[in-house]
Amino acid sequence: MSQNPNPHPAREFTPSGTLQLGVFFQGVNSGTIWKTAGSGSQTDFESFRRLAQTAERGLFSAFFLGEGLRLREHLGRPHALDVAGRPDAQTMLAALASVTSHIGLVATQNTTYNDPADLAHRLSSLDLISGGRAAWNIVTTDNAWTGANFRRGGYLDHADRYVHAEAFVRTAKQIWDAWDDGAIAASAAAGRWSAPGAVRRVRHAGRHYTVDVTPRLPRSAQYRPVLFQAGDSPEGRDFAARQADVIFSAHPTFDAALDFRRDIVDRTLKAGRGANDVKIMPASEFILAPTPQEALEKKEWVRSLQIGPQQAIAYLEQFWGRELQSFDPDGPLPAIDPVVEETSETRGSGFHGAKARQLADQWRAEAKEKGLSIRQFVSARTSRGDSTFTGSYTEVADQLAEYARAGAVDGFNISPWLIPSGLDEIVDHLVPALQERGVYPTEYAGTTLRENLGLATPVRPAAAAEAEARV
Amino acid sequence: MSQTPRTRHASAGKGRGRGLLLLELDGAGAHPAAWRASRTGPAAVLTPARLRDVVLAAESAGFHAATFADRPLDPGPLPAGTDATGTAGPGPDATARLNALQRAAFAGPITRSLALIPEVDTAYTEPFHVSTQLASLDYVSGGRAGWLVAASGSADEAAAVGRETVPGDRLAQEAADSIEVSRRLWDSWEDDAVIRDVPTGRYLDADKLHYIDFEGGNYSVKGPSIVPRPLQGQLPVLARAGLLAREAVAAGAVDALLVSAPTPELLAAEITGTRADFAGGAAGAGPALIAELDVVLDARGEAAAGRLAGLDGHTPWQSPRARFVGTAAELIELLAEVLGVADGVRLHPAVLEVDLEELSRLVLPELRRRGVLAPVVLDASFRDQLGLARPASRYAATPSDAAPAAAPAAAPAAAPAAANQGDKS
Repeated sequence: MSQNPNPHPAREFTPSGTLQLGVFFQGVNSGTIWKTAGSGSQTDFESFRRLAQTAERGLFSAFFLGEGLRLREHLGRPHALDVAGRPDAQTMLAALASVTSHIGLVATQNTTYNDPADLAHRLSSLDLISGGRAAWNIVTTDNAWTGANFRRGGYLDHADRYVHAEAFVRTAKQIWDAWDDGAIAASAAAGRWSAPGAVRRVRHAGRHYTVDVTPRLPRSAQYRPVLFQAGDSPEGRDFAARQADVIFSAHPTFDAALDFRRDIVDRTLKAGRGANDVKIMPASEFILAPTPQEALEKKEWVRSLQIGPQQAIAYLEQFWGRELQSFDPDGPLPAIDPVVEETSETRGSGFHGAKARQLADQWRAEAKEKGLSIRQFVSARTSRGDSTFTGSYTEVADQLAEYARAGAVDGFNISPWLIPSGLDEIVDHLVPALQERGVYPTEYAGTTLRENLGLATPVRPAAAAEAEARV
Repeated sequence: MSQTPRTRHASAGKGRGRGLLLLELDGAGAHPAAWRASRTGPAAVLTPARLRDVVLAAESAGFHAATFADRPLDPGPLPAGTDATGTAGPGPDATARLNALQRAAFAGPITRSLALIPEVDTAYTEPFHVSTQLASLDYVSGGRAGWLVAASGSADEAAAVGRETVPGDRLAQEAADSIEVSRRLWDSWEDDAVIRDVPTGRYLDADKLHYIDFEGGNYSVKGPSIVPRPLQGQLPVLARAGLLAREAVAAGAVDALLVSAPTPELLAAEITGTRADFAGGAAGAGPALIAELDVVLDARGEAAAGRLAGLDGHTPWQSPRARFVGTAAELIELLAEVLGVADGVRLHPAVLEVDLEELSRLVLPELRRRGVLAPVVLDASFRDQLGLARPASRYAATPSDAAPAAAPAAAPAAAPAAANQGDKS
C-alpha cells in the first residue's frame, strides 16, 4: 500500500487537457552537443541560471538535474567522448532557488549511496529554501563499481534494489511527516520555539540500514518534496504507482504513451491511489524550426554532431569489449566477434548483461540489410528517434495538443541538445503556439511545484497509525 | 607584539594580520534565545526571505565572509531522569536550521564579495558527497567557497545514519581522512581536463583525470570526482584549533584555524602562541589564524549586559568562545588589537537582527576608517582573501615529469603552501 492513500481515490482517469513542460539539464551524455560555437559551459553557474530563467519565462513546471556517482568509463578508462562532469544537484538547485521564483527544482538522488535521514533532511531543506519547489527523482544503483566511491562499498543485490529503495522512501516520508502543523511558536512571546510533543521520532531497523532520528525540519509550503521516478521494469512501475507523484517515463510516442498511461492507471488503482494521482512526463527532445523542411535539415545537423565517428566506434566497443579503432566508421559493422559473451557491470553505460555475441550477429544482419555504415547504424540506434519531436512550431504544437486532449501524458521533460540556449525557441515559439491551442498554462497556478503540477496535497497519516514515540 | 611571526600580505591594511571579518549567520543569532528578541517571527529562520536578508546585510555591512553553522535540532538541557540518548526532546530554545551547505549555495548568486563557508560534518557524512557538494558550492559562488570542517561525536547523529558513535579520540582521524579525500577529489580533474577537441572527438582528455585511490582506516574512495576541478582549485579549509592532530595542521591539512580563548583579553596572546606553534612547519607560512568572538552590544537603548541577562534568563548562553559584552567603541578597540595579530576575527552576534545592525552602523565603518580591515573586492576568490595562490593539481605532470598518469601522494597542501611562499616574498 502507498503510504498516504488518497481518501477519495478517483476510479476513472480524467485527462486534464493540458500539458506541463520540464527541462532536464543532463550534463553527462551524448545528447548535448559540445562541438559547435553555441555550445556553452556545462559547469558555469551562468549556464544553469540562463536555462532555469528561460524555462521559468516559459512557465515550465520543473528544472531537472541528473546524477551519476561514478564517472562513466570506457574500456577501463574515463569515457572521453561525451559531455561529463557536473555540479552536485541539490547544491546547484539551492543556488537556483535564489534566482527563480516558481519553477520546480528536481534533484536526482540515489537511494543506495545515501543515508535516508541525511538525504531526507537535505531534500526538506531544499524544499523550504525554495518556498516549496523541491522534488526528488528517485534512482537506485546496485553495482559495486559505483560503491567504490563510498564508505560501504557495494552491498546491494540487483534484485533487492527496489525493496531497499521503497523502504528508503517510506522512511523519508515518515521523516517529512514528523512535524505537526503549527509545531513552531507563532510569536516570540511563546514559552518554547517548538511545541512539546510536536515532533515524532522516526525509527527504522531494516536489513540494509538503521535509522533513529528526530527529524530536523517541518513541512514545507507544499507539504513535502514531490517524488519523481523513472524505473520502467514491472517492479519499477509498481514502485512508482505506490510511491511517486510523477513518472519520468521513456514512452513518448503517442500509442506507447497511451498504453503506458493505461498500465500506470491500473497499477495506481491497485495501490489504493486515485487514477489521476500519478502524473506522466516522458523524456523528450525537440528539434524545431519555422518550416518542416528546415526542421528536418536541422535534425540531420544535430544528429551528426551528437554521434560523431569516434562515438560510433566507441558505442560498438562497449558491446564488443575490445578496441575497434581500426574499423572505418563509414564502413560496415566489424566482422570480428565480441570478446565477451555478456557485457559485465555497466560502468555508467547502461548496458548491463547484454548478450554481446548474439547482439553483434543481429546488428550485422540488420545493418547489412538496410545498407547502413557503423555511423549510420549507431546514429539510428542512439538517436532517441522515438523521443524526438521534429517539425515546424505549429506542426509540433498540433501534435502535442493531441497528447493533451487524449490524456496520453501530463507533459514532457525536455532534454535540450544545446546548452545554454537550447530552450529559447521552445519558449519563444512552441509555448505560445501551445497556449493558442489552449493546452498550456498562461500563468503559474501557484508558487509550489505541487500546485503547478496539479498534485493534491498529501494527507497526513492518521495519528493512530504513526510511530508512538513523540519527542 | 614584536613576536608576531609574520605579515602574510602587505596589502592587508595597517594591521599585522589580513584584516578579515567573518560573521556567523546561523538562525536568529548565536544566543540560543535569540529568536525571542527578533521581530521577524520564530519560523522566519527557515525561510528564504530571511536568509536573503541576513546574507545581503552581512555583505553590505562589509564583512569578508559568512559562516553557516550546522547541527541537528539541539536536544537542549535534559530534564532530570532522562538518559543521554536523545529521548529528552528539544529544549525550549532549540531551533531548527536549514542545511548549511544549501544556505551557502543559496547565497552564492545573490552576493559578489562575501566568502561563503558552511560547516560540514566529517564523522557521519559520505566524504565523496561532501567533496562534490563543496566543489559545486565553489561553482555557484564564483570561487568564493570555503569549508568549515566539523567532526561530530554525537550519539544522536550516529543513530540517525545507523552508525556506531565515533569515539572522541577517532574524530580527528575521521576529519583528517575526509579532508584528504576532498582535497584529492578536487585535484582529480586537472584544470585542463575538458578539452573539447573536435578533430579527435574528445570532450575530455582522459589522461588528465585521476583515480585518487584513497585508503583510510575505515573506508576507501576510488575517484575521480564527478565534478570538474573547483574554480579555486582547492577550497580553503577551516577547522577549530584542536580538532585535528597538530601534525596534520603542520602538514597543511587546513588553510585556517579558528582560535578561541576564555576571555577577549586573552585572544591576542592565544593567537600569537598558536602562530608560534606552526611557524616554519612543512606548510611554510602555517595556517591563517582567525579569532573567535561572541558579541553582545549596547543596542536600542539597552545596555549589552542587560540584554544578555534577559536572554540568559531563558537559556544560558554556553559557548567555548571569548565573549565581548559592551559598547561599540570598546569593541572597535578590541577588534583593532586582535586584528593586529590575527588574520581575521569571526563574530558571533548574540541576536543577528540587533547586533548586526550595530556592527554595520558603528563598528565596521570605524575599523575601515582606521585601515584595520582588508578591502572588500568584488569577485575575489576566498583564496585571494586569504592570500593563497591557486594551486596546481597534485596530479598534474610537472614540466620535468614525462609520465602523465603519475599520481604523487603528496601531503595535502604541499603544493598550495609552496605556491604561497613564492607569492609572499
